[in-house]
This record gives sequence, C-alpha cells and structure tokens, in this order.
Amino acid sequence: MTEEIIIAGFGGQGVLSMGKIMAYSGVMQDMEVSWMPSYGPEMRGGTANVIVIISSERISSPIIKHFDTAIILNQQSLDKFESSIKPGGVLIYDGNGITRHPERKDINVYRVDAAEEASRMNSPKTFNTIVLGGFLKVKPIIKLENVIKGLKKSLPERYHNLIPMNEKALIRGEEIIKEVQKAL
Amino acid sequence: MEKELRLMKGNEAVAEAAIRAGVDGYFGYPITPQTEIIEYLMEANPAETTGMVVLQAESEIAAINMVYGGAACGKKVMTSSSSPGISLKQEGITYIAGAELPCLIVNVVRGGPGLGTIQPAQSDYFQATKGGGHGDYHLIVLAPASVQEMADFVDLSFELAFKYRNPVMMLSDGAIGQMMEKVYLSPQKERSKTIPEWATTGKPSTRERNIITSLDLDPNRQELFNRKLLAKYDEIREKEVRFEEFQCEDAEYILVAYGTSARVCQKSVQLAREQGIKAGLLRPITLFPFPTKRINELAGKVKGMLSVEMSAGQMVEDVLLSVNGKVPVYHFGRMGGIVTTPEEVVESLKSKLIGD
Repeated sequence: MTEEIIIAGFGGQGVLSMGKIMAYSGVMQDMEVSWMPSYGPEMRGGTANVIVIISSERISSPIIKHFDTAIILNQQSLDKFESSIKPGGVLIYDGNGITRHPERKDINVYRVDAAEEASRMNSPKTFNTIVLGGFLKVKPIIKLENVIKGLKKSLPERYHNLIPMNEKALIRGEEIIKEVQKAL
Repeated sequence: MEKELRLMKGNEAVAEAAIRAGVDGYFGYPITPQTEIIEYLMEANPAETTGMVVLQAESEIAAINMVYGGAACGKKVMTSSSSPGISLKQEGITYIAGAELPCLIVNVVRGGPGLGTIQPAQSDYFQATKGGGHGDYHLIVLAPASVQEMADFVDLSFELAFKYRNPVMMLSDGAIGQMMEKVYLSPQKERSKTIPEWATTGKPSTRERNIITSLDLDPNRQELFNRKLLAKYDEIREKEVRFEEFQCEDAEYILVAYGTSARVCQKSVQLAREQGIKAGLLRPITLFPFPTKRINELAGKVKGMLSVEMSAGQMVEDVLLSVNGKVPVYHFGRMGGIVTTPEEVVESLKSKLIGD
C-alpha cells in the first residue's frame, strides 16, 4: 500500500500541520512516511503545500509530480494541482472561496466545507482536522486511534487540552464530506 | 540500549544526532535551508545535559575559525551552513585540512551561483570534492540520502575525521534538510575525556610541544608534507569507499546519483523496469573517495550510464573518469532549485542512451 498525497492551500490554513498529523499517524500505524514541505518564498505569504507519502514499503522519491489524492484548500491550489492527480485518483476540496470548480471527469471528487463547519462549531482552528476527517472517510488508511496518537505526538504538550475538540472535528469531517463525482 | 523512533526533519536529525554522538561544540550562523540545525540545538540546550557548547557566531567565518580552534584542542567540533555560507568558510576549511585537524562541516546545499535560491540543489559537488579552498587537499565527503542517514553520518563523520585527522563534509541538500521521515536515534554517548596526543592543550614536561599550523616556509618540508597528505588520501581511497546498488545485477543501463537525486532515481528505476528497460542505480555514499573502481567494473557489463544530479553536470566528470571510455556517459539534471522528477529521468535515459 502506498498513498501519495498533496495538501495545498493558503499559508496559515494549517496545511503543513495537517500533513504532520498524517505523517505522525502513519508512524503510529507502523508505516513508512515522508513529509516534504514547500519552504520557499510561497511560505512567506501566499500558498503552502506539502507532499505526504504513507507506505507499507520503503519510500523512494519524497518528491513526486502525480498524486493519488489532492487535498485542495484554495482556488490557486486547485488551478495548480488538479492536473497532477492520477486518473482514477481523489480530489478533496473545500468549496469556500472556490469560483472555478474541478473540471476533470476521470477523477473522484469530494467536497468538504470545513471552513464553514469550523465557524459553525465555533472553533476555526479545527478547520484542518475537519478536512483530515473527510480524507479518512474517503481513504481509511489510518485508524482513528492512531490519528489521535499522531495528534498527541505532533502537538506540543501545552496544547493537549485541544485533543478532544480535534477528535470531534475529525468525526464531523467524516460526516459532512460529500461525493460530488465518481470517476468515469 | 534500544534505538528511539522519532519523526524528524533532516536538519533536526543532524542536531539531535550531534548531541547524542557526544559532540563537544557546534559553532554556526543561520542560513536557509539549514537554520533548524542551530535552532534545534539552541532549544535543546545541551550545555546543561552533555556539556556541549552551542554558539551562534557573528559570521560564518568566525564560526569555522572557532571550529579550527576547538579541533586544535582535540575536541569533537562541527559547523553547518548552506552554499553561500560554505563559500565563506572555505579559507578556514583549507587551513583545517592543512593543519590536519578533524571536524565536521555540514552543507545543506541550495541553488547557486551567488545567493541563488533557497531551494534544494546539488551544485556544490565540485566545491566539496575538488577542494573548495586553495591548495592540494581533500575533504572526506559523505552524501546522506535520507533523514536516517543525516543522523547516522554524524557519528560516522567523526569516526573518519579522527581516524584520518581530516575534515569531513556531509553534503546534503535543502530537500533532505527540510523533509521529515522516521529516524531511529542511537542512545546518548558520553563526551570523550581522552585527549589526542597531537592536541594543543598545554605542554607537559614529558614530551615536546605540539604545534598546529598549516604554514611551512621551507619548500622541501612543505613538499614532504604534501606527499604525506597524498598518501593519506590514497589510503582513504583504498579503505573508505562506500556506495549502495539498487537493481544493478541484470541492469543494462546504470543511473548514478547521490542524495535526493538517488531517491528520485530509485523511483525512476522502478518506472523504467515497468516499461521493460533494465535500469539500475548506483548511489555513491562517499563522494570523496568516489566509487571509481566499482563504476569501472559495472561499465564493463552495461550499455551506458546516466549521471543524475541537481546541477549543470558535476559528478558526471567523475563518472566519465571512472568509466574511462568503456560506454557512453551522459548527464541529466535540473537546476535553480528544481528537483528532478522520476519521469523526467526515464525520458532522459530513453532519449540520450536508448533512442526512441
């Protein structure tokens, strides 16, 4: 099993930390993982992205151009990465601020309106965890208990009081993700 | 004791491994993409646990000369930087090589020339393996290709540095420095209390004074010293070559790549084999000494080789010398901070070596 994922959005949306939680969760499940962030000028305002690979085998290249799953959190990232999804692959996006929706017909498209849900839950910071919950519903490659363990590992101890709220957000993400399109 | 599993960036792994290897001192100056090394060390504050000194110098030049001083006292000392900063350190590095002192220099390479870019590159190969500073000298150069090797090679570097009284460079790049992977960390070693016999730590009445210098104005003595260095480099060439082979047994085409490019090429080998092309990968782990002999042997069995580097073509010259005309050798690589994709490598292999 190898899952090659790109997560992309605005800096500050929690793109890198969502990837980090995924990677830690993979470690907790005894998988091989790699986490390769964009650290360039993008990070200093603008778009941020991270490539996460979770695999049962040793990972060769941590930098790749085609993905099994793209998790897209803004319009710029959708424009940039829609074409990088493997045929039959998965696109998960948040509809907030999206004016041009996905156009490819050969991929599975899901929508998780996490920004809206996070503000409804009155916890905007759980935005990325809601998205992660949606991803895990579509690709249940990591068990929830290992994600919680991963959260514990990736959050500094002073934030461990936020874990129950994040657990709720994960479950909410699983509930609200909607299938928009099955691949042709 | 069991090894501890962590998920870390390559830069953080170097820092943690340095503490655990019982390093006496780190002297550095921040520069992207390797600043996490000094950040991690400052936060870990090993002065309170192992007694390791961590110091942010006023410049790269100051940092390398602090390393020179610490090494002259027989201590395990290191510095790290990225390409432009490593250029600044070159004077100190050639002095350290000329004074035959052990130390570790980590270069997390970014694209050049000049300030270039902060993105990953491998364009410092010539500088690392062919000198960098002036005079006839060599560093021992190790090329980690994973976060695990970023950690493991710290200890190995000091082992080699002290064995040969020679500076060692870890030639990494921005991708390996910035990415996170699983890493198994060795248990904490105590800092060594033994002082090497050549170290300048005060002259007892029982021996002559030790002198650490890279200066000798007598041409005859200097030439003798040059010959001594050459003999040392020959011994290193004979005993310390390290490399890894991936699917080379039945290969018709060999990719030669180190560091991040070697990771990319491992995937290229898989992709090529899916298309029926028998490709293999030779990954030099030591860039000096270079696996010349093994590449020459393999050249006798294959149809061609492709050197894949994130540069305009530097290691390819060593591959050409190793192959010595037996088969065609080409270079493929991206520059400017762009990491080559596995697919591009296969396309290049087909267009340059196989033809349609």
